Parts: sequence; C-alpha cells; structure tokens
Amino acid sequence: MSLLLAAAPALPLHKAGPYVAAAYIVFVVLLLVYLAIMGLRTSRTERQLAELRRQVAEREAGAEGQPREEVAA
Amino acid sequence: MGPPPHIHGRGLRGLAVATTAVVAAALALVFFYAPLDSDQGFVQKIFYIHVPLAITALCGFVLGGLLAIAHLRGGHSRWDLRSYVAIHMSLIFAVGALITGSIWAKASWGHWWVWSDPTLTSFLIVVLLYATYQPLRFSIEDPERQARYASVFAVVAGAFVPMNFIVVRLAQGVVHPRVLTLTGGHLPGSMRLTFTVSLIGIALLYATLCKLELSAKRSRIQLRRLRRQLLGEDAVGYARRSAAPS
Repeated sequence: MSLLLAAAPALPLHKAGPYVAAAYIVFVVLLLVYLAIMGLRTSRTERQLAELRRQVAEREAGAEGQPREEVAA
Repeated sequence: MGPPPHIHGRGLRGLAVATTAVVAAALALVFFYAPLDSDQGFVQKIFYIHVPLAITALCGFVLGGLLAIAHLRGGHSRWDLRSYVAIHMSLIFAVGALITGSIWAKASWGHWWVWSDPTLTSFLIVVLLYATYQPLRFSIEDPERQARYASVFAVVAGAFVPMNFIVVRLAQGVVHPRVLTLTGGHLPGSMRLTFTVSLIGIALLYATLCKLELSAKRSRIQLRRLRRQLLGEDAVGYARRSAAPS
C-alpha cells in the first residue's frame, strides 16, 4: 500500500482542478436536488392546506346559512 | 380567516442564515486562506468537504440511535420521527462523503476505489447497513410496529458505528491519510482552522436540513390529522404505506 502512495505524486494544478471542482459540484448538486425536492413537497403541503381551509370556510358558511334546530324543552 | 400560515419550524430561518454564513466563510478559507498541501497539492482541498461530510454522517447515525433509545424508553412517536430524520439525512451526507472520497482517491491514488483500505470499505459497509433502514420500515405496515423495529435497528446500527470506527483506527498498514488524531494530528494551524470552520458549516447544514425535514414531516402529519377530523375518514382515504413515520 505504501508503494501506491509513493507512486502517486501530487497532481499539477491544471490536472487537480477538475477533481476538486467535481467534488464541490457533487456537494452543491446533492444539496440543490434535496432542496428542490423539499420545495416541491412543501408547496404541495401548502396547496393542500389552502384547499382544506377553503373547504372548512365553505362548511362554516353553509352551517351559518341553515336555520338552527329547535331544542325540545 | 387570515392568510395561510407558512410551513417552517421555529428558528429555521436563523439557523439557515447562520449555516449560509459559516459555509460561505469555510469556502473562502478553503480557496483563499488554507495553504497548498506539500504532499498532495491542490487535490487536498477535497479534504475540507469530504471529511466533514463523513464525520457529520457518522455522528448523525449515532444520534439516530440515541433518539431511537428515547423512543423505545418513552414510546412517543416524535422520537421515532427525529431518529428517522437524523438517519435519513446522515445517509444523504454519507453518500456525499463516498462520492467526494472516491473523487479524491482517483486524483490522489489513481483509483476510484481501493478495496484493501479498511477505512473506505468499512464506511461503505456502514452506508450499506443504513441503506436497509428505509426498506425495513417500508416492509412493516403497522405504524407502531414499524417505529419499534426501526428504533431497535437504529440502536444496534448506531452502536456498530463507533465500534467500527475504533477497529479501523487500530488497523495497521492503511493507506488512508491520518491527519486527525486525538493528540491533535499533523495539520498546521491555518489548515486546522479551515477544517474546523468547514466541519462547523457542514454540521450546521445537517442541523438545518434536519429541522427543515422535521418541519415538513410534522406539517404533513398534522394536515392528514386535520383532514381526518374535519372531513372524515372517507375524504382522506386509506393512508398510503410509507417508510416515514405517519
């Protein structure tokens, strides 16, 4: 194993640059993909929540419009 | 009825701002402050992203185990949710560590992967072990049983992580660079500062993403409950089987 390290000298900048760039791009891409998925999920939840609020408001409006039942004494 | 509330946890915005600031500072230090390594040259810059990702992922796996212990002790589903999120996020960070490590290996050793290196292979084993966590959850339909079994898995696997780490450290004849040790390591001051800021940045990123994921999961769970309460079971329909706590 030590032979492997000895046989692998430091890469010059023009050769090392793409590797370093690739490592940091992988990190950024992973982060962006995750954030995009989370953004989609959150917007879907917000949409469903808005729909639920609308349905509740319609129900409340409908209940207010109906005459109240007389409570038997 | 006022405007619809936004879905985010308390303190998430502040945490996100702090994370962005520290990660930006870390990147500036990596590329404009830390000196070039005399052995590896520019390629060593990968160290500042690869090692913090690996450390954060391993700590996250252990954290998932600790949260699972809290779930098994108290039985509250919120601990299962936290354990699930910690492990889920750690797995993503671990995949990042594997890919960046592989790129570094190719640049440094000329090979994408060296099977005889115990650090690489053991890290892969840990990742593969945790890759079975989601399928395990998904295979169990009953939510309570799913949470219990997943917690037992998280505790056992979480105990395996530090054991594995210690055994690998004791292994002889490794090719993996040993720059961090309990006695301080071989990093010069400027590199150590850069590495510390990078580690804090990645740890903060982990915390932020965990908080974001937790908030989103809690919102979905609450939404489903609200729907069931307001519109009845029929309007919600049968819950789709999921690996995530519900």
